[in-house]
Amino acid sequence: MNYKRILHTLGIVLCFEGALMIAPLICAVIYKEPEVLDFFECILICLGFGGLLLLLKTRNKNLYSKDGFVIVALSWIVMSVFGSLPFVFSGSIPNFIDAFFETASGFTTTGASIISNIEILPKSILFWRSFTHWIGGMGVLVFLVALLPLSGGSNLYLMKAESTGPSVSKLVPKVKSSAKILYGIYIGLSVILLILLLAGGMNFFDAITHTFGTAGTGGFGVKNSSVAGYSSYHQIVITVFMVLFGIDFSVYYLMLLGKFKLMLQSDEVKAYIGIILISTIIICINCVNMFENVWVSLRHSAFQVSSIMTTTGFSTDNFDKWPELSKGILVLLMFIGACAGSTGGGIKVSRILIYLKSIGKEIAIAAHPKLTKKIKMSGRTIEHETVRNVNVFMAAYLVVFVVSVLFISLDNLDFTTNFTAVAATLNNIGPGLAKVGPTENFSVYSNFSTLVLTFDMLIGRLEVFPMLVLFSPYTWKK
Amino acid sequence: MNIILVGCGKIGHKIVEKLSNEKEHDITVVDLRQNVVDELVNMYDVMGVVGDCVNADILEEAGVKEADILIASTGSDELNFTICLLAKKMGDCQTIARTRKPEYSKTINLFKDDLGLALVINSHVEAAQEISRNLKFPNAIQVDTFAKGRIEILKFRIPENSVLCNMKLYEMQKKLNCELLVCGVERETDVFIPDGNFVFKQGDLVSIVSTYKNCQDFFKKIGIKTNKVKDVVIIGGGVTGYYLAQMLLQSGIKVKIIERDKKRCEELSVLFPKAIVINGDGTDNKLLLEEGIENAGAVVALTNIDEENILISLFAKSKNCQKLITKINKIEFDEVIRKLDLDTIIYPKTLAAENVLRFVRAKNNSYSSSNIETIHFILDGKAEALEFKINEKSRIVGKSLFELNIRKNVIVACINRNGKIIIPKGQDSIEVNDSVIIVTTIGGLKDINDILEG
Repeated sequence: MNYKRILHTLGIVLCFEGALMIAPLICAVIYKEPEVLDFFECILICLGFGGLLLLLKTRNKNLYSKDGFVIVALSWIVMSVFGSLPFVFSGSIPNFIDAFFETASGFTTTGASIISNIEILPKSILFWRSFTHWIGGMGVLVFLVALLPLSGGSNLYLMKAESTGPSVSKLVPKVKSSAKILYGIYIGLSVILLILLLAGGMNFFDAITHTFGTAGTGGFGVKNSSVAGYSSYHQIVITVFMVLFGIDFSVYYLMLLGKFKLMLQSDEVKAYIGIILISTIIICINCVNMFENVWVSLRHSAFQVSSIMTTTGFSTDNFDKWPELSKGILVLLMFIGACAGSTGGGIKVSRILIYLKSIGKEIAIAAHPKLTKKIKMSGRTIEHETVRNVNVFMAAYLVVFVVSVLFISLDNLDFTTNFTAVAATLNNIGPGLAKVGPTENFSVYSNFSTLVLTFDMLIGRLEVFPMLVLFSPYTWKK
Repeated sequence: MNIILVGCGKIGHKIVEKLSNEKEHDITVVDLRQNVVDELVNMYDVMGVVGDCVNADILEEAGVKEADILIASTGSDELNFTICLLAKKMGDCQTIARTRKPEYSKTINLFKDDLGLALVINSHVEAAQEISRNLKFPNAIQVDTFAKGRIEILKFRIPENSVLCNMKLYEMQKKLNCELLVCGVERETDVFIPDGNFVFKQGDLVSIVSTYKNCQDFFKKIGIKTNKVKDVVIIGGGVTGYYLAQMLLQSGIKVKIIERDKKRCEELSVLFPKAIVINGDGTDNKLLLEEGIENAGAVVALTNIDEENILISLFAKSKNCQKLITKINKIEFDEVIRKLDLDTIIYPKTLAAENVLRFVRAKNNSYSSSNIETIHFILDGKAEALEFKINEKSRIVGKSLFELNIRKNVIVACINRNGKIIIPKGQDSIEVNDSVIIVTTIGGLKDINDILEG
């Protein structure tokens, strides 16, 4: 383990976070809020600790796979811990563990909240809360890789541990350029969304916070009723962009290059769009009696399906009151999640496809025991190694899921609440059903359960293994 | 530059390592084997594509249309030619092919232009050339030449009880009165660019820049024998051995080849009637003694097994053999091997990779209007010796070196003024049309002006 290099990188991350807090500080200045001082203190603390760590210099620049995992896992924990200071200092969330939950929920783009009434919070705090979504969406280390001259050839390990999906391929030969392209697309799409929201007459503050929430597929709003209070134009714009941010970003890159043929080859995106369409139609029909006409039902169901499938977690209606079939579909969509290589969470459509194809292969083998067949996706064979990795991911994911449900069951809430609470946090969605439904929040849980759910969010965002590596004795043994 | 490398065997691996150190190239590697590609992608900042490059789709995916250079280094010569030809047809890139078969060494020139090959690399030929250069200077460990052979950079080990031991660098210049420049010293794993107060120790590996004659003179003064090698024992009659025997016989050196395979021996005896070909095991110490390695001018261990080569050289050393050359193909434990004090070690893969790198740099220079003529990697690859051509635009013209604010870790090692070799001192200056050799540990210098501070 290259301890010095790890701590040094954490120092960079902290300084970076300090720099990011300048944005809410400016917001506080504009709205003349007393939180200016709190943000100022937080920036000083981040830069102070970060600066101390930066003093650790090392000549040994080597990073191995293990170090990459540890750096990413620790960075996300440290980001969440220090990012929660503004909430604590400003008194918005006095309990540190609750603030930690809220910040982790922000960075991991979960959007699960512990606050009962968000409308009374200062604007700068709301801004910071939404801004964490935008930062966490594409990933902090991906951003650092794009900007900083992090030397040593193994930055790919950092990007791999932070990016979503079963196999990470670079868009262009250099990690740095790949990261820049990803951020370019991310910023580009966000700006278009912001303009469209403003064009519909939304005020600037609401528009930018909702842009952050949508782009990162996060789900923090600034209203207790989430997006329900906005016009149907805004709801439709947000629906479309949630879907767009759930698509593999390399597809946009191919589009920019004009390679439309390759773009249309992606099985994952086709399946993703297909699932959204089918689920929307079923839910629309299932709920049609609850709304005045089919179009309203269609709008609400499309919004909710996109919101859950992309793991954003906005809502336009209390879907906890919807029929059981619709709720069942939504809970299933929570697990499927968005495309690999997007800002969304969940198991990812590409993994689901690999599972389905593996099942098909196994059935075919039962009929022809000596059958040789390779699993293909988007016209390419999937190597056995990737299939194995995807299978183990599922096993690890289930273990984490089951253990978490058991832990939070200590609070003695009903099973639907516990099950969907873990599903909503581990898949980075936000709202669940029953006591953690779209109009409720996570304050019903004890401190211990809140911590468990906080880690679920981090585990879900980093796709299980980086966090498990961090807590494994093998990692720390000499 | 955009570079595509096809075939990621050992040479391909080395090439990627060297090229990705330059940091300015966008490299894509292509191989049939997923695991090999994964390994490279994890280790270096490169993109990987798995597939067969005679398939146009794969070449296209690797970005052949935007590529500047394509290097084909698969195990098959013919495949390499085909890939290069295909790449040339599909895009506009310079192509480099690796060959191995000795049969192509002559015929390649007949169709090289038709295939549009910019460079052909052959690690065996390069190893053989390096060995034969070393045999001309048996006391040096590594020899590089500049200015069309007028200037040499030699590496040698300070022997026991030499006058150099415990001498300071500025004293050396006074006492020995030699026209040469010490451009680097390796001591165990450290590398120094020495200043006047540097003290030499026994066993240091010293690199000097000078002319052939001055080097001979210097070696005599510090107590190193400078006899030319007259006879060489080559152990292992493989492809490298074949090339080496050919080169040595041409320059009138007696050659004895020890080869295990009977059939290969017969082939070699037909090819080289003047050489003595012995059919026997090179690891058989009695055979080696019987064939007189004790009195041989040099022993070159070229078998296909690195460990055997090391042991043969250690054995020859214990019998006081004068000059040892060991070929290492695969083993990466450079530091351990260096401690064995085996004289010259030849790494054919590295030589081939450096050849590619030289080509890439030169190509890069023609893009960025730089004026590097040649480049050599010295001091165990930790420093570079660059030859620059000086034109009117250079800011350093006309001032004495003393006046110039030259960066740390940069030495102006030699000036070639119309064929006259000057080992520069403080009062010397660089003029237009000189060619200058710079030794530096700073990587990536592109222009002579880069040696100045700021």
